[in-house]
Amino acid sequence: MFRSKIAVTALALAALAAINLTPVAAVEAEGPANKKLDWSFEGIFGTYDRGSLQRGYRVYKEVCASCHSMNLLSYRNLSQPGGPEFTLEQVKALAAEFDVQDGPNDEGEMFERAGLPSDRFVSPFPNEEAARASNGGALPPDLSLIVKARKDGPNYLYSLLTGYEENPPAGVELGEGMNYNPYFTGHQIAMAPPLSEEAVEYTDGTKPSVENLSKDVVMFLAWAAEPKLEERKSLGFKVLIYLIILAGLMYAANKKLWSRIKH
Amino acid sequence: MSGQSTYQPTSAVGKWFESRLPVMGLVHDTMLNFPTPKNLNYWWTFGGILATFLVLQIITGIVLAMQYTPHVDFAFESVEKIMRDVNYGWLLRYAHANGASMFFLAVYIHIFRGLYYGSYKQPRELLWIIGVIIYLVMMATAFMGYLLPWGQMSFWGATVITNFFSAFPIVGDPIVEWLRGGFVVGNPTLNRFFSLHYLTPFILVGLVGLHVWALHVPGNANPTGVEVKSVKDDTVPFHPYYTLKDSFAIVVFMILFLWFVFFAPNFLGEVDNYIKANPLVTPAHIVPEWYFLPFYAILRAVPDKLGGVLLMFASIGVLFILPWLDTSKVKSATFRPLYKQFFFIFVAVSIGLGYLGGKPAEGGYILAARILTAYYFAHFLIIMPILGLIEKPKKLPESIAKAVLDKNGDDPGGGGAPAEAVTAPETKG
Ligand code: HEC
Ligand code: HEM
Repeated sequence: MFRSKIAVTALALAALAAINLTPVAAVEAEGPANKKLDWSFEGIFGTYDRGSLQRGYRVYKEVCASCHSMNLLSYRNLSQPGGPEFTLEQVKALAAEFDVQDGPNDEGEMFERAGLPSDRFVSPFPNEEAARASNGGALPPDLSLIVKARKDGPNYLYSLLTGYEENPPAGVELGEGMNYNPYFTGHQIAMAPPLSEEAVEYTDGTKPSVENLSKDVVMFLAWAAEPKLEERKSLGFKVLIYLIILAGLMYAANKKLWSRIKH
Repeated sequence: MSGQSTYQPTSAVGKWFESRLPVMGLVHDTMLNFPTPKNLNYWWTFGGILATFLVLQIITGIVLAMQYTPHVDFAFESVEKIMRDVNYGWLLRYAHANGASMFFLAVYIHIFRGLYYGSYKQPRELLWIIGVIIYLVMMATAFMGYLLPWGQMSFWGATVITNFFSAFPIVGDPIVEWLRGGFVVGNPTLNRFFSLHYLTPFILVGLVGLHVWALHVPGNANPTGVEVKSVKDDTVPFHPYYTLKDSFAIVVFMILFLWFVFFAPNFLGEVDNYIKANPLVTPAHIVPEWYFLPFYAILRAVPDKLGGVLLMFASIGVLFILPWLDTSKVKSATFRPLYKQFFFIFVAVSIGLGYLGGKPAEGGYILAARILTAYYFAHFLIIMPILGLIEKPKKLPESIAKAVLDKNGDDPGGGGAPAEAVTAPETKG
């Protein structure tokens, strides 16, 4: 029996290995490996860093939002548990900074009003054509899900934002309006380096270096892509503990039951 | 399910009901009192695990469908709404997506269990064939479900796969158009895939019913491959022995499944599917979900499109005739020293094909895929028929009870029966 047990175990492991191998498949072997950061939201107990999320929102709003939309988010999300957790008052004020088109009113006219927490994030451009026209033909993608839409999302984004090189290596001919960034597929990106030292004024004493600005905005974008991460992990921990104990009890009961039988 | 039920209702209401509709007797005979070999190992728990996942997929799917919108302009956003705004929507969606993966993991283990222990042989050929049909319907269900979130991989996967049907002469293009409801994958495709994705799981329920019915005529096979000779000595009632053992296995498998759901929910998915479908932008590598990769490798191994499609269907079709390709009378690989080795080579080849299915179809990968594809078919069409003729199987135990006693023979409390001349070959194997 022992031999065949090893054999069948090997079969199970092999089946698992088959799953493990597949995600490797789509990785492109070009450019340097991503810079690796210790993100607070990784691991079984990982949570977002509130301060970083709040700073990250400001980086997004003051820099990225002039080109990138975030259509899946509403201002109210900024006060939800597990996110930046601005107070409701703060969120009302943040939303009111934007003008939102509403209507039609009783006269059938569209009108502008101050933003409300229930409004979606205001987009910089009315449509894709306008976005391309302002960016030399390139389309700045919506950032709502960008962290989940790229392999190794957080590290990739951080590497991209901090990885620009002013002078491309010899022999590389940059296209019109292109910038050299070895982390981007093809190494030429239409987005100019968006962040510079002190691009955003921080009020909590954090140094607004390019690294910190990048880290904060990536943290914010990671939350935007996966807003229920904290709820998921804390529930998951409880559920798994419960199931592991249940499995232990069932194992014991099963053993006891079968001890009466030669099998 | 066959023969006279031993079920005796105790209450007056029970008797009244049972004499008009003997459904309790059916449950009693199939799930409680059913005589089951007492030597089944944990590889036999995957049937119960599969049934659990079918129910789980149906429940999570029906609740998802309450919030999901099958329209090209809203599908992607409606899935994100489920993830963000529906209470525990993220849990439903991650459970459904990872549930599909676990369903396939379990079915692969279940199928390889059947291959190892010869469960497809007489008298269980029809049971095996129904199983292969279930597997095909599962694949169709998952393929159509994968289109629903309307991401880049959904769109391009469906485009590539439906396009393969155009390989058939004359009828090819009309079939593709008929599948898609148009010239390209679009709103009509999404609508019909949603409709069918809702339907096929219930067809699966019916097929699983037939599968269990066909199981309960000959009863379970078992690790020795020796059929039950005496219900008294060789079997135990399904309940409580296997209800408890199966439940334990289900809970353990749930731990694996929920670990993915809670801690790595996107590990088995493709990042491109978080980008909304865009017919104008083709992803760099179009890969199907992991559970289709071996077939994808076979498909692309053939230089001719039609040949690839036919070979891909044949790779599953060959399973239908396996009971007649295997010429050995001995069921369990435990007693078939040669087959046992070829079995593990076959497992490795299948996994190798899965690996290659995820690689770009070029250079060495293509060559390797061709070799493994050839081996895959050779295993069934050449090795299986020949092995049965040339292999000298080990001596089989006289009965399940004997095999069990021998296994426990050196155990001091081992029931007193002296170890017999028939040794348990597994321990020597
Ligand atoms: C001046 C406009 C502009 C600003 C400001 C800007 N971007 Fe971009 N961004 C673009 C454009 C244009 C592209 C498309 C680049 C391409 O396709 O070559 C882009 C692409 C991206 C991408 C996608 C890269 C990929 O892998 O495809 C990310 C991520 C991104 N930007 C993040 C940011 C972040 C974070 C900020 C704020 C710190 C920001 N951008 C600010 C214009 C901008
Ligand atoms: C055999 C059982 C089933 C299997 C194997 C299966 C498989 C799948 C798969 C692979 C997906 C794509 C998941 C993703 O990547 O997001 C999906 C999505 C979906 N399925 Fe199923 N499914 C099953 C049963 C059902 C049933 C019975 C329903 C009921 C209507 C259903 C409704 C849905 C819906 C609404 C979606 C889209 C939401 C989403 O993408 O998460 N499924 N299914």
